[in-house]
Amino acid sequence: MTLDPVLLSRLQWAWVISWHILLPAFTVGLASYIVVLEGLAFFTGRDIWLRISAFWTRIFAVSFGMGVVSGIVMPFQFGTNWSRFTDATAAVLSPLLAYEGLMAFFLEASFLGVLLFGRRLVPAWAHFFAAVMVAFGTLLSSFWILATNSWMQTPQGYKLVDGRFEPVDWLAIIFNPSFPYRLLHTVTAFYITTAFVVMGVGAWLLRRQRAPDDARMMIRMALDLLIVLVPLQMFLGDQHGLNTLEYQPAKLAAIEGRYDTVDPVPLTVFGIPDDAHATMHDDVEIPDLGSLILTHSWSGRIKGLKEWPPDQRPPVGPPFFCFRIMVAIAFIMLFVVAAGQVMRWRRRLWQSSRFLWLLQYTAPLGFIAVICGWITTEVGRQPWTVYGLLRTADSVSPSLTGTDVVISFVCYVAVYLIMYPTGIAVMAALVRSGPLAPGLPHRHEGGLPSQPFESAARAVPNSPR
Amino acid sequence: MEVLDLVPVWTVLLALAVFYYVVFDGFDLGVGMLYGLAPDQSMRNAIMDSVAPVWDGNETWLVFGGLGLLTAFPLAFAIIIPAVYFPILVMLLALIFRGVAFEFRFRHERLRRFWDGAFCAGSILATIAQGVVLGAFIQGFKVDGRQFGGGSFDFATPFAFVVGVALLAGYALLGAAWLVLKTEGALQDWARRAGRLCLIGVLAGIVVVSVWTPLANAGIAQRWFSWPDIALLAPVPIITAVIAVVEWYALTHRYELLPFLGAIGLFLMSFLGIAISLWPMIVPYRYTLWQAAAPESTQAFLLVGTLFLLPVILMYTAWSYWVFRGKVRGDVGYRP
Repeated sequence: MTLDPVLLSRLQWAWVISWHILLPAFTVGLASYIVVLEGLAFFTGRDIWLRISAFWTRIFAVSFGMGVVSGIVMPFQFGTNWSRFTDATAAVLSPLLAYEGLMAFFLEASFLGVLLFGRRLVPAWAHFFAAVMVAFGTLLSSFWILATNSWMQTPQGYKLVDGRFEPVDWLAIIFNPSFPYRLLHTVTAFYITTAFVVMGVGAWLLRRQRAPDDARMMIRMALDLLIVLVPLQMFLGDQHGLNTLEYQPAKLAAIEGRYDTVDPVPLTVFGIPDDAHATMHDDVEIPDLGSLILTHSWSGRIKGLKEWPPDQRPPVGPPFFCFRIMVAIAFIMLFVVAAGQVMRWRRRLWQSSRFLWLLQYTAPLGFIAVICGWITTEVGRQPWTVYGLLRTADSVSPSLTGTDVVISFVCYVAVYLIMYPTGIAVMAALVRSGPLAPGLPHRHEGGLPSQPFESAARAVPNSPR
Repeated sequence: MEVLDLVPVWTVLLALAVFYYVVFDGFDLGVGMLYGLAPDQSMRNAIMDSVAPVWDGNETWLVFGGLGLLTAFPLAFAIIIPAVYFPILVMLLALIFRGVAFEFRFRHERLRRFWDGAFCAGSILATIAQGVVLGAFIQGFKVDGRQFGGGSFDFATPFAFVVGVALLAGYALLGAAWLVLKTEGALQDWARRAGRLCLIGVLAGIVVVSVWTPLANAGIAQRWFSWPDIALLAPVPIITAVIAVVEWYALTHRYELLPFLGAIGLFLMSFLGIAISLWPMIVPYRYTLWQAAAPESTQAFLLVGTLFLLPVILMYTAWSYWVFRGKVRGDVGYRP
């Protein structure tokens, strides 16, 4: 068996990006949540906001630190493993990445220190300002990195010179056709992911009667946000789908598991894709519904994958299955949020330990949906890195041997398998320690006490400890 | 329409960014190495606290340096980075361990010793890896058209590793000088002693690398020792020697800021020495800065934002250093 540097580089990329994206999926939303809490604390002066904010800021510090170090890995991958992609696209894409660094990373990094350690060193307004800047930084970061990714999906505003892309119109490059949809869809996904985590942690605290006032406030705030965002996200997803149909029809065909062109199109609920024979096995279909969903008309036509030569088709399996998981999660989320609001309206929310249990176990759903969405869009883009123009196989560094990439891949796997479980354990310990008791001098958000007697002082009065 | 040649502008900007990174992440990587040697736990805590609020910002300059190179001189990025595939891998993984150790060591009691070790070892490995990249850069790369044409282990020469060790001493000196500035009492005295040892190491490193470079590289030898270049270059070693004497004096007397400035001075002179030797190459001995430059509209597009944003960045970076000014306080850091 020969080791293929292209396949291995793709696996390595998938590995480092998938783990990395979990952190922005959490920190983008959490940074904004901390701004809201810090703002409420600043303007109302009530202790509860400060407690909740300090609690989440401690968790934010851990996840953000992990996000930074796993993020530094990413731009170097372009050079180490994808140098031909870099040579071809740098003139167009690199300023977008550099702007992310200039606008977002510096903003986040500088103000993070003040947010974490500066509460007693700067005036209250400056601390609030630091929180705003960190959150603003996370959103700017999303803007630029998604502009970059979107250009790879729907390139425009360039000219080709000697096989390399050169910029012609920067506004066209940044605001390429799929960018607005991808940006809104992704950032909304990040907010939803965070809100589900906040809700799940609130439920966990409440079931143990730890800081119950704070826990109820967390759940209330999350439910109010989610009842707006979850339906909005379904709408945005649908719009994103229409955009994909227009600009990346082969990806849409893969998502739908559609090899043959037909109209009206049935909706394939399930099936086993077989790329080699270009056919679906054991498929379950609902007539006409596909046309309605995909084209918003009963008789819309969808091109099947057979319209493209075999070497221009994406693999069907990953987009097909991941898309279905993502959509299923959306409906579960809608159910949970709607049920939560109804129970709250009927004043039964806090009594139902079964529902709190449900909130606790649906907390990680957002992460799964984000990963699935990402796989759908990235594998659906194959076999191209720049859609329709630059092949993935022509993007890899020519000097790499399969063995080189195996070594680096194994190293990344090993390090991430140490870092992530430890990080999750550390964050779980922070959750267990709960929000601080009111009236205690405010510890800065940077860490846990190093002495046992201080731990005792941190316990919330009504906790069982 | 050639209005203005942006290549020199980007060269200066990139050089400043790399130098800023070397000094600022240099001192916090150096602090990381000294952390492992510090005599007791309370000193280690103070050492960690002296960089806790700023390390993240310092590391951001690495990203900016990398992306700046990618934007302004993409051909250099596409050739050099694959050529140093493994040093970059080691650096990234070491920085991961080091970075998360800040957060993990206080919150993961059972594995405290592991993360203490990770912080120190990560700092050492990341530094050696950066030195090896520099060494490989001075050696030059096998280039095939617009791509790196060698193998992934070509970088591994004795020369590259010697540069790695020299950089280790350099960052440790910066770290020790930073601790002299930020701490007091027993820890400050300890940092002074450590600093003197590091200074000896740095000077040894500079001498070895300076002798080895022209011996290994005829082109550089010719540039150094031909008239009139030799007259133009002569100030570099002379000023370096003067700074070294001042630095020794500062570390043996009660100066607080001077050791840090002296260490920066030594780095500046080494940096200039390398720049003069390689100018105007960005992919040494193959592509010049102008040949590797991105199209002008790319350089211009980023330059507009950079000229506007960089002063702002420097302002709020300065503010965050100002907030945490003075000696390390027991209550600022990752523990109460």
